[in-house]
Amino acid sequence: MRAAVVTFPGSNREGDAARAIRQATGREPVHVWHADTALPVGVDLVVLPGGFSYGDYLRCGAIAGRAPIMDAVRAHAARGGYVLGVCNGFQILCESGLLPGVLMRNRDLRFVCRMQHLRVERADTAYTTRYAKGQAIEVCIAHGEGNYEAHEQTIARLEGEGLVAFRYCDAAGLVGGAANPNGSTNDIAGIYSDNLRVLGMMPHPENLIDPLVGGTDGRGLFESLAAA
Amino acid sequence: MSQHPSAAEPQITPELVASHGLKPDEYERILKLIGRPPSFTELGIFSAMWNEHCSYKSSRLHLRGLPTKAPWVIQGPGENAGVIDIGDGQACVFKMESHNHPSYIEPYQGAATGVGGILRDVFTMGARPIACLNLLRFGAPDHPKTRHLVAGVVAGIGGYGNSFGVPTVGGSVNFHTRYDGNILVNAMAVGLADTDKIFYAKATGVGRPIVYLGSKTGRDGIHGATMASAAFEADAEEKRPTVQVGDPFSEKLLLEACLEIMARGCVVAIQDMGAAGLTSSAVEMGAKGNLGIELDLDKVPCREAGMSAYEMMLSESQERMLMVLDPAKEEEAEAIFRKWGLDFAVIGKTTDTLRFVIKHKGQVKADLPIKELGDEAPLYDRPHVATKPQAPVDAASLAAPMSNADALVKLIGSPDLCSKRWVWEQYDHLILGNTVQKPGGDAAVVRIGEGPKGLALTTDVTQRYCEADPFEGGKQAVAEAWRNLTAVGARPLAITDNLNFGNPEKPHFMGQLVGCLKGIGEACKALDFPVVSGNVSLYNETEGRGILPTPSIGGVGLVADVTKTATLAFRNAGEAIILVGETAGWLGQSVWLRDVCGREEGAPPPVDLAAERRNGEAVRALIVEGAVSAVHDLSDGGLAAALAESAMAAGVGARIENAAGGTPLHAWLFGEDQGRYILACAADRAEAILAGLRAKGVPARRIGVTGGDSLTLPGEAPILLATLRRAHESWLPDYMAGEIING
Repeated sequence: MRAAVVTFPGSNREGDAARAIRQATGREPVHVWHADTALPVGVDLVVLPGGFSYGDYLRCGAIAGRAPIMDAVRAHAARGGYVLGVCNGFQILCESGLLPGVLMRNRDLRFVCRMQHLRVERADTAYTTRYAKGQAIEVCIAHGEGNYEAHEQTIARLEGEGLVAFRYCDAAGLVGGAANPNGSTNDIAGIYSDNLRVLGMMPHPENLIDPLVGGTDGRGLFESLAAA
Repeated sequence: MSQHPSAAEPQITPELVASHGLKPDEYERILKLIGRPPSFTELGIFSAMWNEHCSYKSSRLHLRGLPTKAPWVIQGPGENAGVIDIGDGQACVFKMESHNHPSYIEPYQGAATGVGGILRDVFTMGARPIACLNLLRFGAPDHPKTRHLVAGVVAGIGGYGNSFGVPTVGGSVNFHTRYDGNILVNAMAVGLADTDKIFYAKATGVGRPIVYLGSKTGRDGIHGATMASAAFEADAEEKRPTVQVGDPFSEKLLLEACLEIMARGCVVAIQDMGAAGLTSSAVEMGAKGNLGIELDLDKVPCREAGMSAYEMMLSESQERMLMVLDPAKEEEAEAIFRKWGLDFAVIGKTTDTLRFVIKHKGQVKADLPIKELGDEAPLYDRPHVATKPQAPVDAASLAAPMSNADALVKLIGSPDLCSKRWVWEQYDHLILGNTVQKPGGDAAVVRIGEGPKGLALTTDVTQRYCEADPFEGGKQAVAEAWRNLTAVGARPLAITDNLNFGNPEKPHFMGQLVGCLKGIGEACKALDFPVVSGNVSLYNETEGRGILPTPSIGGVGLVADVTKTATLAFRNAGEAIILVGETAGWLGQSVWLRDVCGREEGAPPPVDLAAERRNGEAVRALIVEGAVSAVHDLSDGGLAAALAESAMAAGVGARIENAAGGTPLHAWLFGEDQGRYILACAADRAEAILAGLRAKGVPARRIGVTGGDSLTLPGEAPILLATLRRAHESWLPDYMAGEIING
């Protein structure tokens, strides 16, 4: 698995993403700059990291979705390449048209950073083979705009075709109520593209790779990718 | 020098001088120094350099008594931030600074730019920021502005730090009516650098280009530092235009660009444009390097057209830097800045004249002696009177108005002692993936890179102690920071202080500053805990009412191995609980006396610094040996509050025996005697640990056992942890949701 991490001006979890990839794959990812127009040859996985790209003073991810590098990322996805967008990266994927829907402001209009359980909706994608279906994993969230919304028909299609990757839940795996930190539709925390190769998610698996720092439940996602 | 001010420039009148915050005798000093009346621009420059914020004219004399040296101190006060050696060629760079007045006027932007300013101070020295902390003081919860201020300040701190990408890992939030019109927002930033790659403000070499970097200059923040040096009147909100607007995105770019050109060896000297903007940064670079500075303001990147020299020299627009570059590497540096999309302009040069010369549109707008601008700033030995000591409160004569169990539930659900989760969940405290101990413990612990080393970080002050006895309160603030670092297993190394006080022209408030500084100095000496950076914020007063004296202490300690730290949580049932330190049941100035009895009185608990050190070193040794499973320092709310916090943290309760001896039980439980900790350890190791502590002269006794789903105080029915947690966690969210009107 050869990975590239894209840095936009204002990205701030590119180092965290690189660290998780390094630990899971044993290889340093290639760093790609937003103004580049091509991805390095041979890249299997493109990571769009968390942060506040271009300051996110406009809609989150709106400018990054139109950055020079994104044409290359879209072409990579069209070829069936893997693209992982975390937090701001998920917002960018929605803004770039690679995933449907939009991330609205959190229900209570405040930024929220805390530990958060997610229910793994399917364990047969390249991102989740190290997890079990229905498993509740504990990662963290850190966002002000993570309230996923989409057209009713889009939600129905995501649900019907099994494209919901993760849902917010409690420690027992139960969804709904207080377990949903931001008001997201159907407790959606992450979704796949039709071919299951593009994953956008608000929570941060890359920050949960170390028993000393909150736990290791995020590592499985990168180890799944490394084995894909 | 043009002898005739241009038509646009006002005449210098006594009223104009006064409106610049300069006293008549200070104006006389200017006339004597330059031998002629100043131009309008020069008047602005003097007001910027000679205000309290920049000149420390009331505090300088008393700051001299603080210990600032130790073998591990690389840079003490006087630079952008303090620098300490943490071994292996690494340095920790840190400072705390206030943004009180702007945050009261415009809480979001005031707090945000406070964070931005302190981050800039740290990365200006070549350090990459790895953590932020803060210390916030708000007015009474029932004051009509408090809720709005809490919401705005917290969002502002989060908005800046979260976007910039540094974890905010710790802080302190208290409420008191004395902050009603004058809240405190103190922000601390901590960074890492290599000891051989620290950058300073001192310019070297004549004829070198002075480069302006970062965002453009606008009309925001003009006279911000002057505002910070005056008391508020009822019209405070009309000063909103003096508040700057923050742009964390630009700052993040500035950080990356600065660190990149530093790594390439382009930078000779660097100074951030903070308080008093271009004026202060340029004067500092020249004066420290024994050089003159000549600036051509036509070259300054401006956000709006038609800005005057006066406005450009006094603007406090954010996210700007001034540098002296190696001329051979100017092009390389410019390319890096262009890559990051930042402004880069050569706006002047160093000279050998020792003059500070400002040119604009072909005219000389200012021509001043550069060293005297700083060195000859007024220095005052302001009259000060000591606070009258209060008699100690006799615990035995105080009847408890409610049961100890009820008092505990009330206290841990009170504004000062309740959980501040509502606050710190709005701060990204997990970014960078190194937060080993997050907010809510005694001190935060941040791993350095891949470890095993880490830094322990805390901010502390107990302002009610400082009000009752500035000397003991000053000592206690330092001791509390030292104790919090010790409680996680760190070796405390150094502090930054942020001295928030009232109007220094009033002898009572000046006396508080003098007393606190003496106490801080004494504690720092006794604990080998020097001051390496700091900030003074005076005139914290609204309509004649001053704040509680609040010398915030930001402490930094070194953890040799982050896998060997302690947390406050009881982890296992059946363990012994040990109380370390002498408990006399000191209720004077305790939160129990204030919040349960409604009395703010008495002498505060004295700090025995020798005992503090002895007890702390013994506790730290136990943590490093791995002998204890939980450690918590005792502070506000005393033993009972600490037990509740340790029990709630991981949901393991405790049963406490009556070990009060001759002390009234409520005083034993809620007294705030200093230098104390609780420990938990395996029951079969307790006797050996107690014997070891006593052998070192450390008072210690077994007071109970962990386990169960409740906390049982002596002679009381068990309190369910769920009850405690509900009280502890609900006050702040309920208050912010508008469901609680009174505190």
